[in-house]
Amino acid sequence: MKEETNDINPMKNDFPNEASLPAGETAPGGTAPVENPPPTTADPNLQPTEPEPERSGRGEPIIIIKGVCKSFKDHDVLRGVDMYVYKGENLVILGKSGSGKSVLIKCMVGLETPDSGTIELFGQDISRLSYDELNAMRVRVGFLFQNSALYDSMTVRENLAFPLRQHKKKMTREKVDTAIMQALEDVGLSDSIDQMPSRLSGGQSKRIGLARTLILRPQIMLYDEPTTGLDTGTAREISELICKMKDKYKISSIIITHDMLCAKATADRIVMLKDGAVYAEGSYEELERSDDEWIKTFFY
Amino acid sequence: MQSSLNKTFFYNAGDMVAFMARFFKELVRPPYEIREILYQCYLVGYKSTFLIGLTGFIMGVVLAIQTRPSMASFGAISLIPGMVSVSVIREIGPVVTAIICAGKIGSRMGAELGSMRVTEQIDAMEVSAINPYHYLVVTRTIATTLMVPLLAIYADIIALFGGYIAMNIHDKTSLQHFFVAAMQHLEFIDVFPAIVKTFFFGWVIGIIGCYKGYNARRGTESVGVAANSAVVASSLAVFIIDLIAAQITDLLS
Repeated sequence: MKEETNDINPMKNDFPNEASLPAGETAPGGTAPVENPPPTTADPNLQPTEPEPERSGRGEPIIIIKGVCKSFKDHDVLRGVDMYVYKGENLVILGKSGSGKSVLIKCMVGLETPDSGTIELFGQDISRLSYDELNAMRVRVGFLFQNSALYDSMTVRENLAFPLRQHKKKMTREKVDTAIMQALEDVGLSDSIDQMPSRLSGGQSKRIGLARTLILRPQIMLYDEPTTGLDTGTAREISELICKMKDKYKISSIIITHDMLCAKATADRIVMLKDGAVYAEGSYEELERSDDEWIKTFFY
Repeated sequence: MQSSLNKTFFYNAGDMVAFMARFFKELVRPPYEIREILYQCYLVGYKSTFLIGLTGFIMGVVLAIQTRPSMASFGAISLIPGMVSVSVIREIGPVVTAIICAGKIGSRMGAELGSMRVTEQIDAMEVSAINPYHYLVVTRTIATTLMVPLLAIYADIIALFGGYIAMNIHDKTSLQHFFVAAMQHLEFIDVFPAIVKTFFFGWVIGIIGCYKGYNARRGTESVGVAANSAVVASSLAVFIIDLIAAQITDLLS
């Protein structure tokens, strides 16, 4: 399959990459080894954009990611990712398996540490935060795991009460119960309160996972493959739930997925990752109209 | 190849020492998860009483039966209660209790935390700003540190009772007479170091079980590996501590 790339970068074609050089040699004109720059789409309408607070009228972005690189041993997973999300915006990150989507959002909550680059949440560079400061930040950021990650030794009620017990120590038992019921009503599962996670279906687990995350009222939500492994109907319900939560609590979200129905239902803007870097950016409709062969593979 | 193996060994050893040292830092840091500690004490202590009791009883019975012929040949039947009490309280009771706990509790902790790591439950705690080390490791290790000594004392008492039953197979003796004879041969240096070392046994069983589970790699196979290596490493650690304790006791006496 032909891959469209941005050829305006002189480094890409004029200099040999590091792998093609004899051992110990550097590329002509430089002392540092030449990196193979990540490709971007040739479609001019889908080029990655910079945040424009004044023109957009939405203020500063709530999430700013600049030049994030991450590698595991010899494998470069992220190669200079730049991205931003405004308050109240749903950003979908599309990409094939192994493109670094999950690693990127794990970097955003400190589960992974980037090798270079910066991640700013609420205007604070998370790499400069102490452990306690990072934890204070984490309370404002919700994370829905791909497999929900419910605590399987606890009931649904205990799963939801656990973060409240840890962070809202002054809450009375009545208020905790009210918050739990409210969270379960939000996800439409009030009758599952005393179930064990092992008794829940995949869709129910996702909803309870979402309720557990939302109970702390985060301002940012990170969804890791929220519809993976679910049937079409349940996946649609989860996508609707994501939109409902955004509208109800004005949450900014990053949704990692390769489910196009979920992307279509939830995205205000889509960023496509390829080989650990941003390949294209645009709305669902803009990307759907693209002639780029690689982008087309997601839509057909 | 050899260099790489050495590097891995030293890396793992350093990692384990750092993990153990972190326990003392987190121990004094609030919040103190009293409810979780009590629940873990219930799981570690109360849930092990039948197994430890049965093992202790068998230890006492076997020890009394096996030593009787030798003692009889010296005409020293009356020394059997003392021999059973000194052997059980000084060495066999604490060590066998610790080995059983390493198998039962260490493997459970390795598998439980390993499973939590694989299913991202530990990551979920981390991103919810809940310190998983504090909530999972500290509570479990405190529970084993407190419960293993109690289980060892319990095993000692049951073993003495087992010795009394075994002695009554061939010889008639009263329970009171047996226990008085058993206690007459015990000294402070027999009891105190034996109890102190069980706190160390409990601590290593908890911390190694948690270390193996907490650091399990991704994949279901790693849960089994974590459980298995927790048993092997904590059993070995129990014997090493016992060796050190024996040397220290010898120096003191």
